[in-house]
Amino acid sequence: MGKIVEIEGVNKIYGSNKVVRDLNLTVDEGEFLTLLGSSGCGKTTTLRMIAGFEEPTTGTIKVEGEKVEDKEPFERNVNTVFQSYALFPHMTIFNNIAYGLRMKKVPKDEIKERVLKMMELVQLGGFEKRYPSQLSGGQRQRVAIARALINKPKVLLLDEPLGALDLKLRKQMQLELKRLQKKLNITFIYVTHDQEEALTMSDRIAVMHDGVIDQLATPSEIYEHPKTRFVATFIGETNIYDGCITRIKDGVATITLENGEVSVKCPEDFKLLEYATISVRPEKMKFSKEKVDGFGLVAQVKDYVYVGSVLKCIVILPNGNELRIERLAGQELPEIGSKCYPYWNVEDAVLIHNESHYIFEALNSIQLA
Amino acid sequence: MKNKGFRVIFCSIVYIFLFLPISVIVVNSFNATTTKPYMSWKGFTLDWYVKLWDNSSLLEAFSNTMIIAIVSTVLATVIGTLGAIGMYRYKFKGKGLIDGLLYIPVVIPEIVLGISLLTIFANVNIPRGMLTLILAHVTFCIPFVIFNVRARLSGYDNSIEEASLDLGANRVRTFFEVTLPILAPGIFGGALLAFTLSIDDVIISYFVYGQTKTYPLKVMESVKSGVSPDVNALSTIILIATILFVVLTQGSLFKKKDRRI
Ligand SMILES: Nc1ncnc2c1ncn2[C@@H]1O[C@H](COP(=O)(O)OP(=O)(O)O)[C@@H](O)[C@H]1O
Ligand SMILES: [Mg+2]
Repeated sequence: MGKIVEIEGVNKIYGSNKVVRDLNLTVDEGEFLTLLGSSGCGKTTTLRMIAGFEEPTTGTIKVEGEKVEDKEPFERNVNTVFQSYALFPHMTIFNNIAYGLRMKKVPKDEIKERVLKMMELVQLGGFEKRYPSQLSGGQRQRVAIARALINKPKVLLLDEPLGALDLKLRKQMQLELKRLQKKLNITFIYVTHDQEEALTMSDRIAVMHDGVIDQLATPSEIYEHPKTRFVATFIGETNIYDGCITRIKDGVATITLENGEVSVKCPEDFKLLEYATISVRPEKMKFSKEKVDGFGLVAQVKDYVYVGSVLKCIVILPNGNELRIERLAGQELPEIGSKCYPYWNVEDAVLIHNESHYIFEALNSIQLA
Repeated sequence: MKNKGFRVIFCSIVYIFLFLPISVIVVNSFNATTTKPYMSWKGFTLDWYVKLWDNSSLLEAFSNTMIIAIVSTVLATVIGTLGAIGMYRYKFKGKGLIDGLLYIPVVIPEIVLGISLLTIFANVNIPRGMLTLILAHVTFCIPFVIFNVRARLSGYDNSIEEASLDLGANRVRTFFEVTLPILAPGIFGGALLAFTLSIDDVIISYFVYGQTKTYPLKVMESVKSGVSPDVNALSTIILIATILFVVLTQGSLFKKKDRRI
């Protein structure tokens, strides 16, 4: 697979506001890449720089190996699906979709044929003569997608395209978009703040945080091996512990926390006496009525919540931190208010290098230990 | 409905109040009376319409008015539209002040605007006539065009233009394919308003007309001795033309499919 978009060392600064910082990103041909991050982290700005509506303050952007920073939006082989749809209100659906072909001076007969075919593909057959104001939100969304796809762009940029739709329609459109992308084999760069959407649709996810890509990996890699504390907490539910590595033996690290010692499988790039963060998914957490080897946490059972087939247990540590533990329903459980010992299989926890602003909490734990 | 009768009466009174003066003009334009003040009914005639063709000074005044109205409407519409788009799109220092200043030509008494225009024209030595009339009319029409276009812009999504660029249209093409058609109702409304304001302006025109009399000025001059029936005849023609115009545009423009943004 060839590289279709290459972003190298891109910064975008508005006044004193560094919106995108030292961005490096390579997108492969035919890939579905998602930019995931909370609102205001610079996703739209990144997309707009690729489309040509904003200029990078520094750095280069290449599409198909060619630098595009100096090219106008209408000279780039890239199309955008806008969050607000941005349909032309004074044109029929047919003319909306035909717009790109008309600008390229494609012959009339061919335009007609291709537009009608595209309308079939996105299930809008029969709507040619309507105006955008006469369509529902979901239908407008399809028009916006069809209008962009008909130009056969090398890359399609989608800025939270499903953000305005209700949950049911959103789920349906997620599958449809994925199907279209596979069928037409077009590279998608997709922006969303919805982690579930990102996990279900993407080949790879770039998790953005304050203008920086924290991690770029496949959905399962992101979920199972988060590289930063932000990624761990932003994607899925998790339990976080800050502490210090006080012993490493046979590839297993003992971490001293404020509330006691725990054990985690230790990757090679972690050193003795390093401050580290542990992330354990609720479904990987366990608890027992007796103390487990290598784990010194003692907690009190606070509450049980039934969520369909699983049971969510909330236990509380002496310092007031709550832990979430998922159990299959129907198992025997300690009573609410009773003491329990949380633990996990050492390979089920993820060790994350600590970022400076959490070191204070880690230091705390050392003094107590 | 108990008070349906009352409603009908009330409505009739309002409409009589609105249309009686107009109908007096229309009726009098067919009145055969030849004695001042041309009010008592002496039978039907088309003489005044024939006479109108001989009243060259009235016709000249009317053609002056039309030339001034058309030229100043075109100029004010182009300047006002570009101004509204520019002020909507670009942020710059002192924008609020410039926005606010726009209201001044609208709210100050016309007589003040008339005097100030006269002072300027006298100071820079522009001979009063057609040119000064057009300049004056453009001046007071521009804000109305800007207000109209800006009202249309307030619901306007910038990304529509970006979508056009994204789909391969350059900036000029985008302006004519997207920006202009979307703003058209606002521009058209502004132009209509400018045209109307220009046609019946008296006060400002009075200060700057020199030798070029406009139709309202000519009428004002002649009413000292009662409205002469050939003025009624021309007014009736204008009235009919206006009604025709409104009917045509209502039919073709305003009744079109809902095209809200
Ligand atoms: N034209 C602009 N001028 C100044 N600041 C901007 C501009 N566009 C975006 N920003 C700022 O950049 C940050 C990131 O914006 P954006 O890329 O839209 O975030 P996201 O799409 O991830 O929600 C925000 O803090 C926003 O206020
Ligand atoms: Mg955004």
